[in-house]
Amino acid sequence: LRLIYTTTTVQRKNIGASGPEKYTEEFIKKQIEEFNLGKRHLANMMGEDPETFTQEDIDRAIAYLFPSGLFDKQARPIMKHPTEIFPEQRKIQWGEDGRPFHFLFYTGKQSYYSLMHETYEKFLNVQNYQDQLLAQDLLPQKEKRNLAGSRWLTKIELEEMLLEKLSDDDYSRFIQLLQKLMTLPCGDMEEKYIQKFSREVPAQLQKVVIEPLKYDERGVAFSTGEGKRKTAKATAVVYDNGTGKITVNGIDVLHYFPVLQDREQLLFPFQFLGRVGKHDMICTVSGGGRSAQAGAIRLASAKALKSFVTEKEVEFMRQAGLLTYDPRVRERKKPGQEGARRKFTWKKR
Amino acid sequence: DDKLLTMPLSHPDYFNVKELFSLKDLFDARVHLGHKKGCRHRFMEPYIFGCRLDQDIIDLDQTMEHLQLALNFTAHIAYRRGIILFVSRKRQFCHLVESTARECGEYAHTRYWQGGLLTNAHSHFGTGVRLPDLLIFLSSLNNVFEPHVAIRDAAKMNIPTVGVVDTNCNPCLITYPIPGNDDSPSAMELYCKLFKMTIIRAKDKRKQNEAFEELR
Repeated sequence: LRLIYTTTTVQRKNIGASGPEKYTEEFIKKQIEEFNLGKRHLANMMGEDPETFTQEDIDRAIAYLFPSGLFDKQARPIMKHPTEIFPEQRKIQWGEDGRPFHFLFYTGKQSYYSLMHETYEKFLNVQNYQDQLLAQDLLPQKEKRNLAGSRWLTKIELEEMLLEKLSDDDYSRFIQLLQKLMTLPCGDMEEKYIQKFSREVPAQLQKVVIEPLKYDERGVAFSTGEGKRKTAKATAVVYDNGTGKITVNGIDVLHYFPVLQDREQLLFPFQFLGRVGKHDMICTVSGGGRSAQAGAIRLASAKALKSFVTEKEVEFMRQAGLLTYDPRVRERKKPGQEGARRKFTWKKR
Repeated sequence: DDKLLTMPLSHPDYFNVKELFSLKDLFDARVHLGHKKGCRHRFMEPYIFGCRLDQDIIDLDQTMEHLQLALNFTAHIAYRRGIILFVSRKRQFCHLVESTARECGEYAHTRYWQGGLLTNAHSHFGTGVRLPDLLIFLSSLNNVFEPHVAIRDAAKMNIPTVGVVDTNCNPCLITYPIPGNDDSPSAMELYCKLFKMTIIRAKDKRKQNEAFEELR
């Protein structure tokens, strides 16, 4: 017997060289069994029926048992089915005799190149059909399709679809080929195929709800809006046929906001719509500081003005940022630093 | 089982590939047309019949012999269930070559050749990959008019090669060169048709022979 001595540096494995962790099928099956058992335990703990315990109940139970104040929703504790957590991975690509299943296996990027092959085949078919029609002079006129409502798949979505890494070049080539296919006169033949690679972009305006105008005893139209900024909450009531008078908490605006900057913030929505002297406003505000209250009233008045104005102008207001809640809050001070970002003075010695 | 594998080797032309093509077919498909005199490669001079108005004409008699040897070899490889990889870097015929490979049940690579695909296969594909047993080059140059990297890599990995060599190509490292035109669509369609027919023929013959052996 001869003992061979090796140093620990040789024995240490290079964990990074083997690539990202690969999940075997047995591992995933075990995870699914554990998940189902855990679901039943959780249902028992919460006093609910294990048979009718849905995913929403699980989410609520986890949020109750493990409350977390972390900002990033994906960093909070989750309990979901393993197929949603572990990303899909490729299985072995060849059979028992060693012959690969896919005919483009040896290129390296088999799904991407097979996709290109299919798309190019459709392109050639459409061109042949077009040539036949051209010979008989039956070319249909191309109607302009509305491109604003749809977008192509992003690179990440395409990678998820193909389960392969793509480079930016590959992605742009594929999109160019799809665009070429779409611009052909007879491209409508392959619409179903193209629709697989396009997603709808719902116009942002559909989410915005515009309330109708209300009328008070005098017959004057008015509308209300609420707004928040930092810790300040404000409600604003905007009346039509006015002279531009603004009252805050029963006090005139000039006395409540002595600083010009705050009054400019209040004026901004009216100035943007060109209705500076046409509306009266009565608002109530509480909490926050001087600037926060001004911002809260601005948001509240902009929301109230939505009812007075056309849809196009509401979209302009949204793009100008008048209708968005400002999420900026004071960042906490961290230990080991003087403030939220400022570090202590660095001393060389 | 041994008889299955050794019987075809005793015949000079077991799969009768000679009947698949004739000199007239090659001429009609413009296989004899080469590039201009200035593009001529030194090692292709034995295969050139002559030069007309500065354009090289390839000797079709030699092409016939080389084509017969090459088709016979591919048929034997396909009979013994080898993996055949069609390689071509001509963008015009990329779709044609891929479709031919798919219809045969073999494999194709008409895209950018990544560095160590054959020589560093375990990194690209994983352990236990089976490398191709034959590479067929339908155009042995890449897009920059240099010899395709796969010729050198196949020679390094002891994989036999069959390749269509035009007058500007280097036929050195290819085991079964076929001097002929690789630029005309008609010539490429002819080659694809011939290879497809030989491979399908060889596979059918294998199935037949296996059935005979089982019946005994």
